[in-house]
Amino acid sequence: MRVVFEKRQSISRQAMVLVPVLSFFAALLLGAILLLSSGANPITTYVAMLRGAFGSTYSFSETLVKAIPLMLTGLGVAVAFKMRFWNIGAEGQFVWGGIAGTFVALFLSQYIPDPLLLPAVILGGTIAGAIWAGIPAVLKAYIGVDETLTSLMLNYVAILYAQYLFYGPWRDPEGYGFPGTALFPEAAWLPRLLNRAHLGLVFAFIAALVLWFIFNRTRWGFELKIIGENKTAAEYLGIKIARNIVLALLLSGALSGLAGASEVAGLSRRLQTGFSMGYGYTAIIVAWMAQLKSIPVLFVAVLMAALLVGGDQVQLTMGLPSSVGLVLQGLILFPMLAGSLFTEYRLRIIRQKNEPSISPDQEIESELQS
Amino acid sequence: MIALLTSILAITLRAGTSLVYATMGEIYTENSGVLNLGIEGMMLLSAVSGFAAAYYSGFVWVGFLIAMLVGGILAAIHAFLSVTMRANQVVSGLSITLFGTGMASFLGQRLGPESNNYYLAGMVGPRLQTISIPGLSQIPVIGALFNQDILTYIIYLLVPLAWFYLYKTRNGLNLRAVGEDPQTADAMGINVTRTRYIYTIIGGLLVGLGGAHLSLSYTPGWSENITGGRGWIVIALVIFAMWNPGRAFLGALIFGGINAVQFRLQASGTNIPASFLNMMPYIMTVLVLVLITWWEALSKRIGAPAALSTPYMREDK
Repeated sequence: MRVVFEKRQSISRQAMVLVPVLSFFAALLLGAILLLSSGANPITTYVAMLRGAFGSTYSFSETLVKAIPLMLTGLGVAVAFKMRFWNIGAEGQFVWGGIAGTFVALFLSQYIPDPLLLPAVILGGTIAGAIWAGIPAVLKAYIGVDETLTSLMLNYVAILYAQYLFYGPWRDPEGYGFPGTALFPEAAWLPRLLNRAHLGLVFAFIAALVLWFIFNRTRWGFELKIIGENKTAAEYLGIKIARNIVLALLLSGALSGLAGASEVAGLSRRLQTGFSMGYGYTAIIVAWMAQLKSIPVLFVAVLMAALLVGGDQVQLTMGLPSSVGLVLQGLILFPMLAGSLFTEYRLRIIRQKNEPSISPDQEIESELQS
Repeated sequence: MIALLTSILAITLRAGTSLVYATMGEIYTENSGVLNLGIEGMMLLSAVSGFAAAYYSGFVWVGFLIAMLVGGILAAIHAFLSVTMRANQVVSGLSITLFGTGMASFLGQRLGPESNNYYLAGMVGPRLQTISIPGLSQIPVIGALFNQDILTYIIYLLVPLAWFYLYKTRNGLNLRAVGEDPQTADAMGINVTRTRYIYTIIGGLLVGLGGAHLSLSYTPGWSENITGGRGWIVIALVIFAMWNPGRAFLGALIFGGINAVQFRLQASGTNIPASFLNMMPYIMTVLVLVLITWWEALSKRIGAPAALSTPYMREDK
């Protein structure tokens, strides 16, 4: 008797819902063991986290503040991942959004009339993010360079360049040595909706709807999906693969750039140290947990943000390390990753050696192999 | 001038040691066809647990042992997720980093003594001592090679051995076959799953050692974000070294040296901003990637594992 994985004929909807839900509870359970062993009461900790993230209007608005960049970068990553283009450069694209937005706000403000300044800041950041994503896209599409590694490496180039700027030439001369640029002129501030939660939230909702429309209602979205699912089929259908990879990645980078520009214009109103907090990496996880679907990305982003904000709160109120939130994020992922197999495969127990173990649908080339 | 060169070489080696171990580990992992982006988290978690173990036991070697164990366990999780459960390797690796980073920070604030409010930061524990080799360590410049701790000395042996094992032994050939073409390797009777597990875990042990070298020798003690992004430099280094242990040693010295040297350069009045120096490893890595892809023939000879980050499933053939 042996156990084999057998490819399902269609993706299991049941598994798609069950796996994330069970993973979430598994993470809470594992987290509880960790908390108990370090002498903390897991139930009070979880209640404090929940309250810290959603307990009041203020705490909810703080959760939104962290969710906005995760939503936009998560959507950006999802666009690229749909084509099986492993863009892990959202962090760098986000940072470039911030750099370019800052450049427009601080150095072009004298040439742009006030009512147009904010749109220019947002547009500048969006374009910069798109260009930064365009580099690995062009390298992949026309030369075949592995995009995972190039996009990852470019993150650090962007982060270090931003550091150079706010520690060096862009540092606020009146900032008493604080590593950050001067405050933006007021015309470049992104309006806030609720406490510190800014208009970026609306951008994220619009972006999610637009992406839903592209992928479900347009020919281009259909072409992108085909490229992701089966490159050979795409070629037969006459889809221009290289051009579409570049275009989709420009869109992917634009969303991360939009996130970066909204972050500087809406939250800090300057480019400063601590700007790049790793949202671009968490975005990958957000996109993956949302199964690359636009609307679920928004909800997963709120969940991940809530864990971060909740973690900060238990630090303040219970003296526990705020990294509880990060640990829980990691703990949700392990069972989810393990469980993702069951959406495409099922376990099958084979009793006799001679029994045919290969069913016809297994002959179909694995979708897992990119 | 000679004194300056000697001290630069000494610092470079000291800074590069953790990179060499971790890179060596990732080279073995990637050669089996598994991409592990969890290095940063693995190094952090092994650095904190290694330091805590050494602090409470009083023995530095206990720290290294525990650190290797932690690195190995995290690598085993990655192997389980990406080999057995065929999860996306990029996402699995990043989850390891996410979990490792969070867990390291958590433990750093819970494992310390009560008198220090359970914080580990600021505690002084045992550390690896520098062993000067009499005579050799007196030679100008080269003497820096012989004024290091034991883990650096082990590198001098480990690097050639790792190279020999990978390119000149049956096991090394099998390992590379699995990374290059798992279908064929399987047909040849090599157990693909077992090979990937073994080398992912060996990689984790070495990464753990590299992480512990930071908290037990290079910058003794625990501090939040002690790796300073070294885990990502390791990913870059593997490519820069084109999956070859010998070149990894050289690369680790260059990359590790850049960080160490910039302080000297600034002191001597050179005006290259530190950020640009720190960018070099990443830019060079992108260039190397472009070059090796461009020159496909070269890439085949170098041995970039063709099946890197592709899950293998026997029934899918």
